[in-house]
Amino acid sequence: MPSVCQSLHMAGDDEASWRLTDATSRAFHGMMGAMAAAIPPFESFYATHAAEVLRLLRRRLGRERAEDAFQETFLRALRAYGRLQHGEHLRAWVLTIAGNVAIDIARRSGREVLTDVPPELAHYDSVAVEEQLSDLTDGLPPKERAAVVLRYGFDLTYEEIASALDSSSDAARQAASSGVRRLRRASERSTR
Amino acid sequence: MTIPTDLDRRFREAAVRAGLLDAAYDVIESPIGPLLVAATDRGLLRISFNRGYDPEATLEEIARVAGPRVLRAPRAVEAAHRELDEYFAGRRHAFDLAVDLRGLAPFSVVVLGQLAKVPYGHTATYGELATRAGNPKAARAVGMVMNRNPIPVVLPCHRIVGASGSLVGYAGGLDIKEQLLRLEGVTL
Repeated sequence: MPSVCQSLHMAGDDEASWRLTDATSRAFHGMMGAMAAAIPPFESFYATHAAEVLRLLRRRLGRERAEDAFQETFLRALRAYGRLQHGEHLRAWVLTIAGNVAIDIARRSGREVLTDVPPELAHYDSVAVEEQLSDLTDGLPPKERAAVVLRYGFDLTYEEIASALDSSSDAARQAASSGVRRLRRASERSTR
Repeated sequence: MTIPTDLDRRFREAAVRAGLLDAAYDVIESPIGPLLVAATDRGLLRISFNRGYDPEATLEEIARVAGPRVLRAPRAVEAAHRELDEYFAGRRHAFDLAVDLRGLAPFSVVVLGQLAKVPYGHTATYGELATRAGNPKAARAVGMVMNRNPIPVVLPCHRIVGASGSLVGYAGGLDIKEQLLRLEGVTL
């Protein structure tokens, strides 16, 4: 396969021929894909995030219930892991899963989570855009908020969001769009 | 904070039980040093010598071949672990393990299939193995296949020697090749 540079060089002056051919385009996107964070082996992902996930779950659920939630979180992550498109924002992704598992377990046991404001998206990453988005979405219901932030802040696909929220990609799409509608109404109200 | 051992173990076992792994592995002790042993639901996928190997790179390579859901899960490779222990103790002369040769070129699969038939305590030359694989002139190519054998020990590339009877080479180190042949009672 010719390298991208080589093909561009060979293309010459004719402007139309500067456009990437299909094959070159595939090679280029393949290369860009390889440059985007690769998906690490699950073992590395687990080793990196297990302690933080457990801390979050202990804060939310207490020591004992955090143990079930821990296993459930990583099993959910494992179920979805093969469908991830890239290895970006894995921390945000797994903490979202943990947050949702905590909510589910709290509901199941009929007890409250120890702290509210689920999921704690504001603390996930120090990237400004995502923080702003996180502030902006403060008033949304948890699932809508997670869907909006993961979609527009972290650029995850609906399928990836669905895996984080343990729902279908249709449901994730709906949560994101109803979140956006809600935000739009709120901003219309505030500018009126 | 580290994860409590019991919690960690329960997650790994649950992952195996749920059938969610593309590949499971463990690192086991052996007389030739620690071995990373990896398996899929089709069979044994990798045995890697500790010497000079980067565990992270090995896991990434396994993930490229089998998929990213690679997790250390001793329970999933315990059959291989037991058979290897028996082999190193001199109590086992043949392995009863399925192997997963996905990703290999057809010629490599044929050669490794023939390799698996070279019995315990015997040797064959690169040329002989090439002939058995249907291509007598491919001794050098057979050498490459031996060098890249993904499942050494179980697929006994240590039993393949030069035409003069010299050991020639071994990806794990010539001393390990010699040690394995001595274990099998081959006089060098």
